[in-house]
Amino acid sequence: MAEKTVQPFRETDEQKQALSQIIERNKVQPGALLPILHEAQEVYGYLPIEVQQRVADGLGISLSEVYGVATFYSRFSLTPKGKHRISVCLGTACYVKGADKILAEVEKKLGIKSGECTDDGLFSIDSCRCVGACGLAPVMMIDEEVYGKLTPAMVDKILDKYIKEEGESK
Amino acid sequence: METVHLKINNIPVEVPKGYTILQAAKQANIEIPTLCYLKDINCIGACRVCMVEAKMNGRPMRGLLAACVYPAEEGLEVFTNTPAVIKSRKTTLELLLANHNKKCLSCEKSTTCELQRLAREYGCDEEHFKSEEPRYEIDDVSPYIVRDNNKCIQCMRCVAVCKNVQTVSTIGAIQRGFNAHVGSAFDKSLADAPCVGCGQCVVNCPVGALKEKSQEDKVWDAIADPEKKVIFYTAPSIKATLGEAFNMPIGTNVEGKMAAAIRRLGEDVTIFNMDFTADLTIIEEANELVQRITTGGTLPMFTSCCPGWVKFLEHYYPEFTPNLSTCKSPQAMFGAVLKSYYAKKNNLDPENIFVVSVIPCTAKKFEVTRPQLRSEEAYDDVDVALTTRELARMIKRAGLDFTTLPEEDYDAPFNKATGGGAIFGATGGVLEAALRTAAHTLDGDFKKVDFEEVRGPEPIRTVTYEVAGVKITVAVASGLGNARKILEMIKAGELDCQMVEIMACPGGCINGGGQPIPTDYVLNNVDYKAIRSKALYDYDKNSELRSSHESPVIKMIYDEFLEEAGSHVSHKYLHTSYIERGHEYK
Repeated sequence: MAEKTVQPFRETDEQKQALSQIIERNKVQPGALLPILHEAQEVYGYLPIEVQQRVADGLGISLSEVYGVATFYSRFSLTPKGKHRISVCLGTACYVKGADKILAEVEKKLGIKSGECTDDGLFSIDSCRCVGACGLAPVMMIDEEVYGKLTPAMVDKILDKYIKEEGESK
Repeated sequence: METVHLKINNIPVEVPKGYTILQAAKQANIEIPTLCYLKDINCIGACRVCMVEAKMNGRPMRGLLAACVYPAEEGLEVFTNTPAVIKSRKTTLELLLANHNKKCLSCEKSTTCELQRLAREYGCDEEHFKSEEPRYEIDDVSPYIVRDNNKCIQCMRCVAVCKNVQTVSTIGAIQRGFNAHVGSAFDKSLADAPCVGCGQCVVNCPVGALKEKSQEDKVWDAIADPEKKVIFYTAPSIKATLGEAFNMPIGTNVEGKMAAAIRRLGEDVTIFNMDFTADLTIIEEANELVQRITTGGTLPMFTSCCPGWVKFLEHYYPEFTPNLSTCKSPQAMFGAVLKSYYAKKNNLDPENIFVVSVIPCTAKKFEVTRPQLRSEEAYDDVDVALTTRELARMIKRAGLDFTTLPEEDYDAPFNKATGGGAIFGATGGVLEAALRTAAHTLDGDFKKVDFEEVRGPEPIRTVTYEVAGVKITVAVASGLGNARKILEMIKAGELDCQMVEIMACPGGCINGGGQPIPTDYVLNNVDYKAIRSKALYDYDKNSELRSSHESPVIKMIYDEFLEEAGSHVSHKYLHTSYIERGHEYK
């Protein structure tokens, strides 16, 4: 079976404690799983297997049930998000202007797929549906910054800028 | 009882309130096709094959109704066979087929597949809809079950059985929309999941998405190898179920034909009777129980012959593993006896003995891979465990006309066994056999051999017997959901007993995950578990010897090899140990 790439799980004592409290506080109400997952994702940024297992044990249900819910809703992420979150718009306008090629270029450059995070934790890629800047199509966002009228060649330069900044800050 | 009146295809029916349209139609002798429906287990209206047209107060109702979930209402007029219904079903089937790997030629379920049957009935020949394929990697990592999601129609029957009946829930629905599929958490292989291997998912799959990990080829190779001495033995329940694979009525005892068929699989194939090691288990287990009671050992003692139950306990209640009897299962005991006592007696190199056990079970395929069942001399007790279905396929491949074969006996010296060994295949059987021998040990004049109270049909039975002034309380359950209830009762101090028998599959081995798969009609309408069990209890009733300790083979093996129950020899070959697995994924 093909294993998905999994980042090593790290947590602080505060996060661990917060998760226990979230489970305890919610577990009495029916349908507690969904709010618990929401809050857990706020604490950890994503829902790794370790967190889901603890939620399952806390609610007395199986991990596969938790995983089923976590993968049903697109709001939940199973992979950590990078320091810089790249969001490539695949809305109609961007798509007809070649957004798929932009996404492919980002994936190629970083060596990860949409929904994943680079090993060094610097970038994560996601796709989104319309950021309301159709006039600039194709568009991608990195954190809060919008980059428009993109070509694959521009993607390289933009990403290099972030990589360079990171190198200088070290 | 409150009832409602409705018409189905213009036939008036009166049914209890709360019945579904499907149940009401059944009462009117009308069959509505289903795919995802499993009586009492999976009633979710997911597959949309059971759609019917209906009128209320003479006015057509909007849209079609899913008969398996829509309640029968007063005044409802249902039509199960109109052009609109047929068209809807056909389109639904074509959509299901679009995502279904249609390589039916060598599919294990071909001719018994429910989807194939409906496609034939509704004439779904053309491929109106095309999908991407193949979409999923086949999970064949575990030694017992293979999942091919390219054939899955997402009826959720496996998920429902795993969750609602077995309360294990290692598989579930993952993702949504086009990417929705069934699997373990984080899409891990069953081998890495806390799956107990019972195979109830396999026997409840309407298509060929789930099957046992087949090892027939390994057995054919061994049969063809002149160096190998191939020895088969068949578990107690096989005689009551194998006939179904050859279209014989449910509950036909085919013991004689089974022995004849296996003997004809190849030159010099030996066939022994595994009821013998069921008897042997009783002798060792009864002795262990007495030891535990008299020396203050861990009680209640749990039976250990069901590998699905053992793995369930190791995963989900590891704190209870000391309660498990240390006796190996009859399957493993037999292999150990063959590669030690039998090998020496017949001047055979254990290396060249190829042991094939025929078992009703997928978990037994896991069991034979347990490192705890490898002897000091590094021989695996059992080389291959074949399900009833695999044996049936081998018999067919060998070109044997099963139904016309003569009735033959097993091979000596392991041919004779008792009725007590035979009933191991039905829930309550191990306990009943143990009670027969225990009662005799305590009181030589004790006459009772039928302990019907432990046979059922209640899901959980607790009975107290008094023999020679000794009170012994026993508990029996089958299905892991019921096992969980018993464990929770023991934990809460609500159940005080000395011995507990658990079989992972509802009804025991006669309904094991490796047994011939009943059609949906049988699954939903026939108490096949009771009919299969009856075959074993009838066999027991007609047996010359009823109690395990009366078996001449048992006497022989203790005289010549094991010395006495619980001896150091029997501990070396017939007893094992367990591990605490926990329920985390690997």
